[in-house]
Amino acid sequence: MTTVSHLVKSFTLWDFLKAHALTLKYFFKPKATINYPFEKSPLSPRFRGEHALRRYPNGEERCIACKLCEAVCPAQAITIESEPRADGSRRTTRYDIDMTKCIFCGFCQEACPVDAIVEGPNFEYATETREELLYDKAKLLANGDKWERAIAANLEADAPYR
Amino acid sequence: MTAFFQSLGLPHEWAWTVATVAAIVIVSLLVMFSVAMVIYVDRKVLGAIMLRRGPNVVGPFGLLQSFADGLKVFLQETIIPSAANKGIFLLAPIITFTVALAAWAVIPFWDGGVIADINVGLLYILAISSMGVYGVVMSGWASNSKYPFFSAMRASAQMISYEVSIGFVLVCVVLFAGTFNLSGIVNAQQGFGLGLINAYAIHPLLFPMWVVFFISALAETARAPFDLTEAESELVAGYQTEYSSMSFALFWLGEYANILLMCSLNTLLFWGGWLPPLDIPVLYAVPGIIWFLLKTFVFFFMFSWIWATVPRYRYDQLMRLGWKVFLPMSLLFVAATSGYLMAIGHFA
Repeated sequence: MTTVSHLVKSFTLWDFLKAHALTLKYFFKPKATINYPFEKSPLSPRFRGEHALRRYPNGEERCIACKLCEAVCPAQAITIESEPRADGSRRTTRYDIDMTKCIFCGFCQEACPVDAIVEGPNFEYATETREELLYDKAKLLANGDKWERAIAANLEADAPYR
Repeated sequence: MTAFFQSLGLPHEWAWTVATVAAIVIVSLLVMFSVAMVIYVDRKVLGAIMLRRGPNVVGPFGLLQSFADGLKVFLQETIIPSAANKGIFLLAPIITFTVALAAWAVIPFWDGGVIADINVGLLYILAISSMGVYGVVMSGWASNSKYPFFSAMRASAQMISYEVSIGFVLVCVVLFAGTFNLSGIVNAQQGFGLGLINAYAIHPLLFPMWVVFFISALAETARAPFDLTEAESELVAGYQTEYSSMSFALFWLGEYANILLMCSLNTLLFWGGWLPPLDIPVLYAVPGIIWFLLKTFVFFFMFSWIWATVPRYRYDQLMRLGWKVFLPMSLLFVAATSGYLMAIGHFA
């Protein structure tokens, strides 16, 4: 009996017809693809993207050159040099991040006591040369100015969970 | 068209030559254009079933994607492997492409819309489509590389196996129609089903044969689930592995032209060609070519649909299906069909 039903099934191509009914159902389903770069998928406020050095609202840079980020960085991507400024406060004279070394672990922003170095939501910073990925202080501060709104919103959104 | 060129003052022979050449050029260009569009459709259908969007950037809805690909391929360098047999290596894609286009000579697009209305049209198609395997075998051998060689061996065995059953299926159709002329076969289908349906495939003896023909057409054009010749997971790209640029594009064009040819043969032999599906006078108001293209497109959609659905057969399964299922089945149906037609006095 089973052989007969098997024979009938294989000669009526039953399994094939069932499979095609299934794929036809999928044919009319809404597509899963996102039209990047016109559409983008949502990012978590914790997303660790391109680094930025933030400033206080009065324009003073937050970084106090404590070098905790440099110390904690597992990839040793951060290089900091510091000197006392004319007004006596300690500031960085050099703050470099080698983005080719960075592993985006987020330890630098965790270590930072003043929320100066953060990883922002931007991940579209591909460059044509390697040198452009060796970020210096000016570039990081510029990033901070550019992304401050998004970064502040993300920090606020994530604050209740910290 | 001959009459038009004669009215321009050309003698009959010249008018006929010019008209035929013009028809060939028009049909070739249209086939190549349809191939471009059909590749786009193929990618769209496959994408949709995989919940992707498919090409949608070049031109409106990505309609110009194939042309962009064609341009890209045209501007690339043709790389000839140093160990390849240069002459045959370059000849192979040309053969595939030429043969794929040549078969369109006997395809009637509408009543009388055919380049060569010859009485052995079906035999011509059989002959030409068997030539198609030469391109594959030559490319596989001339590439001097192991994957193309495996692919060529598979292709030759596969195409021979399935051509046998295709031949027997066509015998059934020819027995019903009483002619090898494709236009004649289509005309014989008018009102075939209860005086209402213009299709051979609704006959209980011919429907299984249509299924066999359809599946054999998949195997003949090396489409999934019979795409063993270019099985990308085992043979890289099969016989096309060493090809690049226009030589690759010619294979590509030839392959899709063959697929379209098989779709149109499905239409012509089993589903009434340019005739509307039902033998109702109102439906004849729609031009025949519209019906023909519509039906062919439906079959092409089925080809893509199958591609997206089924996994590839193993080689021994392919051979088993061809020789141990399709061949005996089609032989049986040839006997059954001829017996049935004798019994109802079809040949009297």
